[in-house]
Amino acid sequence: MKRLLTLVLAIGLLYSFSTSLAQTRITYWQYDFNTRIEAMEQLIEQFNAANPDVVVVQETFPYDAYEQRVAAATAAGQGPDVVQLFYGWVAAWQRAGYIEPLPQEHIDHAWIEDYFIPMVESVKIDGEYYGLPTAVRALALFYNKDMFREVGLDPEAPPQTWSEFVEAGQALTIQRGPLFQRIGYGPGGQDHHLIRTVLMNQLGTPPYSADNREVLYDNEIGVEALRTWTDWQLSDEFAVFEFIPGAGGYRDGFINQENIGMIVDGSFAIGQVRANAQFDWGVAELPTFENGVQSNFGSFWMNAVTPRAYENPERLEAAARFVEFVTSEEAMELWLEVVGELPAARRLVNDPALLADPVNGPFIAGLAYAEATQFVDEAAQRQVMIDAFNRVLLEGMDPAESIMIAAAADQALLDAFAND
Amino acid sequence: MTGQSGSQRRSTRARLTLSQREAVYAYLFLLVPLVFFATIRFWPAIQSFRLSLFTWHVDPARRVFIGAQYYQEMLTNPVFHRALTNTLLYALITVPASIALGLLIAILLQAITTGRGWYRAIYFAPYITPAVAIAWVWGWMYNVNFGIFNRLILSWWDFVEGIGAPWLAIDPQRFLRDPELALPAVAVVIIWQQLGFQVVIFLAGLQGIPRVYYEAARIDGANPWQLFRHVTIPLLNPVLVFAVVITTINALQLFDQIVNINFTDQGGPLNRTLSIALYMYQEAFGRARLGYAAAVTVVLFVLILAITLIQLRLTQRRVEY
Repeated sequence: MKRLLTLVLAIGLLYSFSTSLAQTRITYWQYDFNTRIEAMEQLIEQFNAANPDVVVVQETFPYDAYEQRVAAATAAGQGPDVVQLFYGWVAAWQRAGYIEPLPQEHIDHAWIEDYFIPMVESVKIDGEYYGLPTAVRALALFYNKDMFREVGLDPEAPPQTWSEFVEAGQALTIQRGPLFQRIGYGPGGQDHHLIRTVLMNQLGTPPYSADNREVLYDNEIGVEALRTWTDWQLSDEFAVFEFIPGAGGYRDGFINQENIGMIVDGSFAIGQVRANAQFDWGVAELPTFENGVQSNFGSFWMNAVTPRAYENPERLEAAARFVEFVTSEEAMELWLEVVGELPAARRLVNDPALLADPVNGPFIAGLAYAEATQFVDEAAQRQVMIDAFNRVLLEGMDPAESIMIAAAADQALLDAFAND
Repeated sequence: MTGQSGSQRRSTRARLTLSQREAVYAYLFLLVPLVFFATIRFWPAIQSFRLSLFTWHVDPARRVFIGAQYYQEMLTNPVFHRALTNTLLYALITVPASIALGLLIAILLQAITTGRGWYRAIYFAPYITPAVAIAWVWGWMYNVNFGIFNRLILSWWDFVEGIGAPWLAIDPQRFLRDPELALPAVAVVIIWQQLGFQVVIFLAGLQGIPRVYYEAARIDGANPWQLFRHVTIPLLNPVLVFAVVITTINALQLFDQIVNINFTDQGGPLNRTLSIALYMYQEAFGRARLGYAAAVTVVLFVLILAITLIQLRLTQRRVEY
């Protein structure tokens, strides 16, 4: 009995010793989303096959528990070596120590700036890059062509200006008594970006100064952006916020209930629309004001390295090699195919075939003039804009007053970050 | 050496009586959960107090001591005040309502014999239904354009117009989207969900009251109200105290229902449904401000402790049979 136990222990020790000598084991974390997990599994398989000295293991968590897991695990010295996070969280995560800069000795800054589209610079803090994306997303207008036909609108001529958008929206809307049966436009998860980044830039001012220290929308432009958006619900009466309950209610209403004619959504929604919509639909570039200035909100999830990867040089080198691999052109092409998100490399974005694609095309076109607004505290800054439109929609406050309250609150967040 | 201590042990054991030995075993077994509680509950609680005095960083060496700064921030933070007010409102609405309704239903159920088990199961079902499912269903019922409540309001509208009394009509409501109605609307969901728990507890309590007291009181000429007021209530007191304390603690810790019922703007609109627990969660994991969130938990802990102690003082009178 004793001899057997010794034998087992010896073999176990030997095994772990030999594997630890030969292989570096690193962990990759992302949130649960079927196609993303599937794409990453394929990438990891390829990487492990090509890099016998490294083993990458993927672990995933429900979206709602994701930040909680990262906070708990990193604080305990556990958790991932490479972690995926939304670019807007980078400031908060960097300050909390969940992520570290990408090691410059392995990932060259000149290469980053040459290879990726400029949007990536929004995650450069104090001269260090904190992560790199496999894919990026932009916004576009999804519209129901069948519904357009039904009310006599040309399904091949989606609205190009916001006034055409209002006209189309009103034509699509069906009211029964005081309630709506069907709405032309379903505002939802991306609309705070639509107001802050798209409408404000179209009207002539970015929401924040270039050094991200100052709120720039405490003026007529801010008022106009908020008023345009709230008017769709209050006076033009073709839009209803939270028309359908749930996190993706607006998308659900567009795809499944077919009682929302148009939505503004990210390229990440393409897969879901394509798989479930039982009607003829189209995608168009975001409308503009009469001045014709285009703007779009670009965003991305990025791959970052954690303090755990910095524990020893082998881990760090392996983590950097893995980040480079998942941001390679091959990885981006696989990601586009499996997940449907747009590639983040300059060369791929400028591919004419992609631009000519009727679904990907409008997103790719939007990407060319998209801004990835820098956030210091994404959760709080998102709330500021949601509260700004809710004060107008629900409490009858004038947009001019509401946007000033929002600007002050937003400025306080920027100041708090700068003074920290 | 071994022999000596062995004999000593034997003699000690011989000196313990049976009940003493049983007590030793009981303490031994209690030690296991005690160790569990100490490491899983008490130690983190102490840690979170410590965390509340520092800025947050995963590396303890890089946390900066800031003393009571987070507690001062709470004094002036309007969102924290809103969350605190909301939480107290939740408690003030849900505790009395669910206890009164639960007691009423329990008394009615006790009066019937056929199908009591079925009724009890039906009332208990919401309590064991996941909060996500409940929030989803109620979200639809409260929905402005498609929900059952506004449908009923419109039917009522048609009805009163039909009988020539249009002044009795009510406008459709925005419920969860209405800053004034959102909190009461969520409170209704919570009451509905907890009702089954109250019913089961009160039923057990009612069945524990000996019949003879009722018979004696009836012989003395007591009416049903007097029976309820002077027999049922005093004898149900321990159960009532338990129910009040548990429901209050639940109300002060509300999280699941609120998170799930308004997904795009959790705690909204305009923070009108935000509870302390959700606020704490958002600060900790939405904004990575674990130090501040820890300070909020300390305040929540003190609040729950204080309210529970006051309730026990006020409601735990000695029951004389």
